[in-house]
Order: sequence, then C-alpha cells, then structure tokens
Amino acid sequence: MPTTEELRQRIEAGLPGSSAQVHDLTGGGDHFRAEVVSDRFAGLSRIDQHKLVYDVFGDEVGGPIHALSIKTSTPEGVR
Amino acid sequence: MTNQEIRGFIQNAISENHVMLFMKGTPDEPRCGFSARTAAALNALGAQYAALDILPDPRIKQELVAVSGWPTSPQLFVDGKLVGGCDIVMEMYESGELAEALGVAQPDEEDTPAPPAADAPESAPLGIENRLA
Repeated sequence: MPTTEELRQRIEAGLPGSSAQVHDLTGGGDHFRAEVVSDRFAGLSRIDQHKLVYDVFGDEVGGPIHALSIKTSTPEGVR
Repeated sequence: MTNQEIRGFIQNAISENHVMLFMKGTPDEPRCGFSARTAAALNALGAQYAALDILPDPRIKQELVAVSGWPTSPQLFVDGKLVGGCDIVMEMYESGELAEALGVAQPDEEDTPAPPAADAPESAPLGIENRLA
C-alpha cells in the first residue's frame, strides 16, 4: 500500500524540479490528493498538466491507487 | 459484444453528443463521489448532457481509457474533446470556464452553489441507452 510520503517522492522524482504535497483523503491508502507545483506545467492545458502527474504512476492509477485527485500550478501561478 | 464494438460505441458516443459524461453509476444514482460531483456541476449549470455508466462491464472502462489516454473516471467530453475528470471540471465550474465551454450561462454569483452538492439534480440529463450492459 503506497504511503503519502512515497507518492510525494515519486512525483518529485518523476517531475524534476517540482514540489508536491500529498494527502490521504480517506486514510485507507488508496484515495490520494496531490498538489503539485512545477514550472513544466507552464503553457499546458489542465489535461496535459494532470497527465504529467498521472504518467508518474502509469497503470497504478485506477489500480492500487484507486483515486488520485490532482491540483497543479506553476511556481508563479501562471498557466 | 467484442472489445472493438465497445470501443466503437464509446467513440460514437463522444462524437455524437455535444456534452458526454462517462461515470460510475448514473446522474440520478451515482456510484462514486467523484462522478456524483461532476454530474452535479453539470446539473447546477442546467447543461444538457449524455451520460454512460461504465460499471456494467469492466471492458467499458478499459476501452474508454484506451480511447482517451486518461486513467480515471469520470471523464467529461465536450465537442469530442476530453475536458477532464472531477478535479478539472470542479475548477472550471468555479472559475466559470465550464459554463463557457458548455455554452451555457454561469448562474449569478449568489445563486452559484460553491461546489455543488452531489444530490438533487436540477435538470434531467439526456438519457443514453446503456446498451453495453
């Protein structure tokens, strides 16, 4: 069962330069909320921003990670 | 029904409906909180939309993910294009972008329920026959 700390580390490793905060929404270890700040999101649509985060976990989203709620932003808050 | 037929059905649903929601359960009886909130946002805007329950056969989800490249449900499509799941739809609802994308009026500030509750649908969605069941 993934932990919030493990997910945070994997997001930051998968998106170098990003900073992530991860919460376990239910305490059950399978519904998570990730807030990710990265300059790589600049100029991308929300869909593409969220896909970058989903791509870190591949097939695990929808599997062991039943739900991953995502909020993305850029350091300056610009899109 | 073969996987190819399911995929074709999904692709047709996306291309033939101005607003198409793939969800767990139905707008009246959602089976997942994220799906419920997404349908509630559409209902709050009085948007007309078609909805398809992905739960009756696991291959529906599988083929939907293959078509859209998006791993989770719900999934909202407008004019054939993936708009997002629950998080994106809620952000767009609150910013007014969802109303704009749907071509409907954003309710007045005081009437806008800050994130809509997952109950009490205000407008009946267009039914889409769930022929995949």
